[in-house]
Amino acid sequence: MTNGVLRVIGRLWPVPVALVLWELITRGAELPAFPPPSRIAAAMHTMWLTGPAERLWLSDAALTNIPASVGRLLAGWALAGAAGVTLGVALGRSPLLFRFVDPLIQFARAIPPPMLLPFFMALFAIGPRMQINVIAFGIVWPILINACEGARHVDRQHLDAARVFGLRGRERLLRIILPSAMPKIFAGLRVSLSLALILMVISELVGSTDGIGFQLLDAQRSYDLAGVWGSIVLLGALGYAFNAAFLAVERRVLSWHRSARQPA
Amino acid sequence: MIERNPLDSRLFCGAAGVAGLFCVLEVAGRTGLIDPLAFPLASTVVGRAASLVADAEFLSDVASTLGVWALGLLVTVAVAVPAGFLLGSLPRVESALRPITEFLRPIPSIALIPLALTLFSDRFDMKITLIAYAAAWPVLINTMYGLKDVDPLAKETLRSFGFGRLAVLWRVSLPSTAPFIATGVRLASAIALIVAISVELLGGGSEGIGSFVLETAGDLNPMEYIIAAALWAGVIGVVTNGLFVLAERRIFRWHSARTEAA
Repeated sequence: MTNGVLRVIGRLWPVPVALVLWELITRGAELPAFPPPSRIAAAMHTMWLTGPAERLWLSDAALTNIPASVGRLLAGWALAGAAGVTLGVALGRSPLLFRFVDPLIQFARAIPPPMLLPFFMALFAIGPRMQINVIAFGIVWPILINACEGARHVDRQHLDAARVFGLRGRERLLRIILPSAMPKIFAGLRVSLSLALILMVISELVGSTDGIGFQLLDAQRSYDLAGVWGSIVLLGALGYAFNAAFLAVERRVLSWHRSARQPA
Repeated sequence: MIERNPLDSRLFCGAAGVAGLFCVLEVAGRTGLIDPLAFPLASTVVGRAASLVADAEFLSDVASTLGVWALGLLVTVAVAVPAGFLLGSLPRVESALRPITEFLRPIPSIALIPLALTLFSDRFDMKITLIAYAAAWPVLINTMYGLKDVDPLAKETLRSFGFGRLAVLWRVSLPSTAPFIATGVRLASAIALIVAISVELLGGGSEGIGSFVLETAGDLNPMEYIIAAALWAGVIGVVTNGLFVLAERRIFRWHSARTEAA
């Protein structure tokens, strides 16, 4: 127990050191664009933690902006995940279909996602529908391509075994193909999750009336630089939390895979 | 004797797929299934994309985006590769800095645009700085990763022949890390393009394909221009990525870098 605590301290000591240095340097330099971290923390507190105690002190801004952003991000990610896995597995199992759409997929994924923003804005007008579509369309490619790869390279012996046991159709898909494509699919989902955060921010910076990106832009327009920094810190923390949560889920879901692959 | 089935040819099927999508969209537009006012006809879009090649304004915007992209990527490599070597060869510094980089990395680079807008008076400097910040990560990480993969036997051999640390770095570590760096740079090139276009869309400048798209908003058929410009952006993405893949294959034929990142 104490060993674990010591190890965490041994690993994380540079963080407080960096914070103190940052505080000292920014206080000394007094550049308006670089507020000291204590001021940033205070700004974050005023922005999001000045609500009543029964709401865990969350302010109105926190309760409207954070769930709005996270909700759109997760909705876009879920949409991209469902579409990417379905299409990817279908393409991975059908070489003929794959040959027909491969150039289209390669082209579509090469379009830098921000270029889609004006398109979806013109198509849907500003709002959650536009944002979810931008996120989903921009991040679906890594999932689709990985699912396709994973479904294509199923171990021959596993497929032969499935045939011996008389598995076909749905059974074969759920018991053989999907599990063996799972590690690849998870790799795609992870890349997409960090891309989703980027697209969430950019879609909120361009066209939105709520969300963390909107609050960031609002702070910048009113020259509240501590607020700008605070929003950036919150976005970074969200990215960190999403990634950590994803890795934890992946470790649980794929634990069978790692043990199956280990030499006995 | 061998009868070739056209369905086995990647080229034939791929071309058929592209032509098929074009026809479906065209027919859907002409029959009114998709409102041509909301989503222009496929033939109109392709025609517009073709006519953009002769549009001096569009060409100068593309050149501007590509210039920013290339310089940003150059700065990225110039910063991230030496930093990767430094951190890779000083494990204690690396482990001390790791918690800090772990907090910095997940910050979406796009979120820094509003801050950068107040920091920089010059858009060009701002674009280069943001690109370098965002694109440096894959190069840095791949460099460090590749450095771990260097054959210790080769290093020891050279050292026992009396070569110094720098000579070993130059003769063994750098060539053996190069394929990993190349993969990192290829990933960074896609990020650099994303950041360049994002800044053009959000930064309110007047140069680049991002700005070109925004300026068409006042036109009669903005959607035509938006889709045509997006098509060209896709072409740029395919070509730049393809060039990197080609270069990697030619230069590092001796090395089968199995670093996969989607």
